[in-house]
Amino acid sequence: MNPYVLDLITASPEVLVLAMGCLILILDLFVKDPSHTSTFVLTMLTLVGAAILTLFTSTGEVVYAFNGLYVDDLMGDLLKLVLYLTAIVTLFYARPYILQRPDLRRGEFYVLMLFATLGMMVMISANHLLTIYLGIELLSLSVYALVAMNRDSVASTEAAMKYFVLGALASGLLLYGMSMIYGATGTLSIPEISDALVANASNPTILIFGLVFIVSGLAFKLGVVPFHMWVPDVYQGAPTAITMLIGGAPKLAAFAITMRLLVSGLLLLAPDWQGMLLILAVLSLAIGNLAAIPQTNIKRMLAYSTISHMGFVLLGIVVGVVGGDARFALNAYSSSMFYVVSYVMMSVAAFGVIILLSRAGFEADRIDDFKGLNKRSPWFAAVMMMIMFSMAGVPFFIGFFAKFSILQAVVASGQIGLAIYAVLMSLIGAFYYLRIVKVMYFDEPIDESPIVAPMDMRVLLSINGLAIALFGLFPQTIMSLCAFSLLRSL
Amino acid sequence: MLTLSHFLVLAAVLFGISVIGLFLNRKNLIILLMAIELMLLAVNTNFIAFSHFLQDLNGQVFVFFILAVAAAESAIGLAILVVLFRNLSTIHVDDLDRMKG
Repeated sequence: MNPYVLDLITASPEVLVLAMGCLILILDLFVKDPSHTSTFVLTMLTLVGAAILTLFTSTGEVVYAFNGLYVDDLMGDLLKLVLYLTAIVTLFYARPYILQRPDLRRGEFYVLMLFATLGMMVMISANHLLTIYLGIELLSLSVYALVAMNRDSVASTEAAMKYFVLGALASGLLLYGMSMIYGATGTLSIPEISDALVANASNPTILIFGLVFIVSGLAFKLGVVPFHMWVPDVYQGAPTAITMLIGGAPKLAAFAITMRLLVSGLLLLAPDWQGMLLILAVLSLAIGNLAAIPQTNIKRMLAYSTISHMGFVLLGIVVGVVGGDARFALNAYSSSMFYVVSYVMMSVAAFGVIILLSRAGFEADRIDDFKGLNKRSPWFAAVMMMIMFSMAGVPFFIGFFAKFSILQAVVASGQIGLAIYAVLMSLIGAFYYLRIVKVMYFDEPIDESPIVAPMDMRVLLSINGLAIALFGLFPQTIMSLCAFSLLRSL
Repeated sequence: MLTLSHFLVLAAVLFGISVIGLFLNRKNLIILLMAIELMLLAVNTNFIAFSHFLQDLNGQVFVFFILAVAAAESAIGLAILVVLFRNLSTIHVDDLDRMKG
């Protein structure tokens, strides 16, 4: 068969999402229905179709397409499937929220969501510095527009401006680093960069210089200290439905490009980048957990909690290779991947509960709005309690096993002090998660009005909450999937 | 004779100016957008210099993509700026302080 056709088949999920994104954009012009139900259904079908194509085209082998610009491997397939699921759940939760708000109730919302998803898919499957850059920009540009979509809100537009400026700075840093890596190795393709390093055919000074900029750029995108300034403001300012999008799926893509750039491409420089990531991880664990304590806005609190979670993810990547010994690498990287997947599950559920409590003209984003939730809805108070316990790392929820496997990898690498530090920081972190539980169960409600939310969202949120508990009982299912996909990809 | 280092130093100086412009500028948001453009142009200079001295076309192709994306990026940046101005009636950097903590 013609090689170009084969390339298109390998990349068919991306092709489908791109084509449907353009089609929905045009079709939506003819939609008279103010709730844009047909656009919503088409977007959902596109995501389901992409999931089917991803499953169908997955061979279990590493397949390169478009002259090595694009790679299809099991790690990418697994992350993409989680990405589709997250996008579908995010859209279901977002739907009642945007229906209540005329500014957000537009077809562009769904189209931008699709393009952001496409950007993340390209990031996950990138095998070339150019593809990584294009994926990042496609995601970022769609999300900037989404954050600013609530045009009459001062907070949203201010958050969008801050996100835009700092996001552009991050892209600039990453690009500058990429240009240095290109200069040092003479190639832009990730496997060829790795080969050039092995052949020792590169200028070490330029290489390290480039590496510093690449790591800073990645740190911005992951939102870890000291490149975290945008995270709290954007989480707080963006409409909750958009915050849910920013706080969930992009972390999967950021994890994928970190793995591809640092582990697939620059593994020989591991001693250098591990030192940098270690500083980022240690600072993120401290600042994320400490700064979350005084917050009164729950979205801002979850933003700081994200920073500390990303610190944990980085810890797993840091301890992969110790002094040239890669025996524990697979275990460490799959712990990180497991952590990202479980974080996304918890984060989407937490923002889902905020949306559940909100209604037109009321955002439910203060911690006080959760007071006495148990009296208003015992079931959703229980769901929120499970999410908070899981995020805090209370045993037998999925978050506990995520933290546990990272700590196990840290101990296996011989850095006991680091493991103790991480445990201490998550103990501090447990305080602000448990405060939400205390407020829900032991305080008197301020707002007695009943919860208005459609049935499908209630059911989905319940399933989401139960999944956090259920996968906590069977963490091995996800854990072994992560390990297997990484084993077949790296 | 111009060597690779001359171009790299030029690009580093341009990059430095743009980073300083982003962090020290407390006045006008438009200057921030200009600094972002300058940063991307510094990267382009770097790519073209490497591409020329390595005798490899990939770097120049990358520059085309950066230029195209930069255009899209400034379009979105200016759109956000217009929306912000309609809400705040100012584009001073110091006035972006609704959220703190």
